[in-house]
Amino acid sequence: MPVTQTENGPAWHLRTPRARLALWAGWFALVALTVWCWQIMTKDTIWLFVMDAPQQAADIGSRMFPPRLSYIEKLLWPLWDTLNIATLGTMLGVIIATPVAFLAARNTTPSLLVARPIALFIIVASRSINSLIWALLLVSILGPGLLAGIIAIALRSIGFVGKLLYEAIEETDASQTEAIEATGASGGQVLIYGYWPQIAPAFWGISVFRWDINIRESAVLGLVGAGGLGLQLQASLNVLAWPQVTTILLVILATVVFSEWVSAKVRHAII
Amino acid sequence: MSATAKTYPRRWRRPATMIPDPRWRYGIYAAILIYLVLAISTVDVNWARVWDGLDRGGRFVMGFLTPDFTSRWKDISNGMVESLTMTVTATVAGVLISVPIGIGAARNIAPMPVYYACRGLIALSRSLQEIIIAILLVAMFGFGPFAGFLTLTFATIGFLAKLLAEDIEDIDETQAEAIRATGASWWQLVNYAVQPQVMPRLIGLTLYRFDINFRESAVIGIVGAGGIGATLNTAIDRYEYDSAGAILLIIIAVVMFAEYSSSYIRKWVQ
Amino acid sequence: MLTVDALTKTYKTGDKALKSVSFTVPKGQVVGLIGPSGAGKSSLIRCINRLVEPSEGRVLLNDLNITGLPAGELRRARRRIGMIFQEYALVERLTVMENVLSGRLGYVGFWRSFLRQFAGDDVQNAFRLLDRVGLIDHADKRADALSGGQRQRVGIARALAQDPELLLIDEPTASLDPKTSRQIMRLIVEICEERELPAIINIHDVVLAQQFTQRIIGLKAGEIVFDGAPELLDESVLTRIYGEEDWTAMRRAAEEDDHAERDAAERMAGMI
Repeated sequence: MPVTQTENGPAWHLRTPRARLALWAGWFALVALTVWCWQIMTKDTIWLFVMDAPQQAADIGSRMFPPRLSYIEKLLWPLWDTLNIATLGTMLGVIIATPVAFLAARNTTPSLLVARPIALFIIVASRSINSLIWALLLVSILGPGLLAGIIAIALRSIGFVGKLLYEAIEETDASQTEAIEATGASGGQVLIYGYWPQIAPAFWGISVFRWDINIRESAVLGLVGAGGLGLQLQASLNVLAWPQVTTILLVILATVVFSEWVSAKVRHAII
Repeated sequence: MSATAKTYPRRWRRPATMIPDPRWRYGIYAAILIYLVLAISTVDVNWARVWDGLDRGGRFVMGFLTPDFTSRWKDISNGMVESLTMTVTATVAGVLISVPIGIGAARNIAPMPVYYACRGLIALSRSLQEIIIAILLVAMFGFGPFAGFLTLTFATIGFLAKLLAEDIEDIDETQAEAIRATGASWWQLVNYAVQPQVMPRLIGLTLYRFDINFRESAVIGIVGAGGIGATLNTAIDRYEYDSAGAILLIIIAVVMFAEYSSSYIRKWVQ
Repeated sequence: MLTVDALTKTYKTGDKALKSVSFTVPKGQVVGLIGPSGAGKSSLIRCINRLVEPSEGRVLLNDLNITGLPAGELRRARRRIGMIFQEYALVERLTVMENVLSGRLGYVGFWRSFLRQFAGDDVQNAFRLLDRVGLIDHADKRADALSGGQRQRVGIARALAQDPELLLIDEPTASLDPKTSRQIMRLIVEICEERELPAIINIHDVVLAQQFTQRIIGLKAGEIVFDGAPELLDESVLTRIYGEEDWTAMRRAAEEDDHAERDAAERMAGMI
């Protein structure tokens, strides 16, 4: 009861005493946890280096400018590779994610006890692991190159596309699929006539959205050897060629802005 | 029956709704096809290397199925502690900083100069990938989790402040109007009209960002910013796929745990 | 001819939607199924083509025992039963023509239906049906561009495209205005006459039912409490079916719809 009886009559409070206590305890625990984590995290930090950071920043900053714009010429081919990694990786990921989504959606899964948990695990595993880690693994397995990058992007995309797509499938209108089923259609036909038309806009929207994210991610995959602009970034960093680093960052930035613009346009056209 | 004399077409084709003009349609199909051929042809694959790799791939899958937690446990636990502490502190610091910046970046309550400054900061934070920020910050602050903490904090600001600002811009104006009509000051307006409307979503977004920060903390270790990523990088470099599998499984488990508890907390908050 | 024999449906929760319902519908007869919400109308109609799995009893369509069929043969049996739905249940993002042709899905293979390659006879018949329901000019429109009455006509055309031996019609006029409701009812009755089709119309509007059907079955709490000519439906019978004020029945209505939907969804999950 937020209203309590006191000597001066009833008094109004926002929360009950117990809720207030729980709230304070919660905040206190959060602060204590943060302080504790902070102490563990910084126990090996060399504060001298941290104090030194502004000078380092100024130093690097002065080296980074002006960018070496003539270097752009050498970036065109890696840029093309980056676009291909993102595009082909997205396509591969979407192709794998679609059946996984149908297995994971409550209303289309063949079995709630076997197929659905497996599909959900695939989705969460793919989502938990960043494309750079997938690339690290694949470069170690397949050797450096575009193929590792494409597969890394695909593996990371499965979870993202799969999750959003299965949510879209679960939101479909059951009466439309029921009507298709009532005509004597087979399971596959119910999918393409009942479910697909309902999820198609979501499907294209999600794919383009993921492609946009993948452009950003594929730009840095080269840091671990998976091709594209990141390779040049790594090479320039290794020789401390800061003006080239600046140029590469500008190219990445331009690519990201471009892909965001394309994705916004396409999604606008679909919806 | 009146329709006996009538004849009906025996063919029907679905009208093309997206691109009605067939020339454009086939042009676009052709362009896509040409692009795909070009793109795939420039992926030069060293098949001999891939063939060798299949064996390693098989070992990785086996490592994933039979993970080895023990032989590198010290490294793994150190890396996990760094990752988790980094995630907690960076999320808290990120939220503390992004709340004022998010309010400043909301067009409907912030003055114009503040609005542009905050939006600029958000754009800067969002345009650079975490890994690039980490590279730069490691160069400035030295190796270790402190650089990682700064990276995640900076990335959190871009993410949270943007979404918070959009939320504030979307608030129900009538409620703000009603509070304003009582003669409330700007601070009271934020406290009474804005905060109650955006608070549940802010908590939800914070939990979501916590999840993202943890996943990112596993990556930035690759460039020296501390956390489990460094351990993972070493394990993969040494082809110790069973240790790598163990690390990946731990990451997956933590992400799953974070997701379940966040959905629980969200229900509890509302 | 349709025979329903001692049909019983008990949902998992223990709710009895149907209690040993039996009746037969001869060729060409249009039956109105009335009763308060929650009486089991929706369950009954869906038990006949097994969108809801009946618990006990039999359904015979021209001597074919539908209740005993395995999945593949059930699909073949469903082709012979046209169904028309309350909210039209058209696939809204497909064209009108595709919706009508989807009535032929049971007759064509997966790839032909995927590529929209329906047989010439099917396409011709679909155009004829669209002309019959007065929508031939709308064939290429998307279904969600049509008005309610037009959508229900497409629903009728889709059911007829199956070349059915029985029509199951679930509240065809529930979302339509009174004038359109009459037009739709008239169209259904005419078509049943033309093709000598038996039909079961699940309908809540008693006046409309009396006006257009040849026989009325009254359902209450899962049991048949009236079965006879529309003229015999008087005050006392109506009170017997609907009660004076039956609030519990109204509450059960929502529940029953819920059950039917969940049951259908679960079964569909097993199918794909």
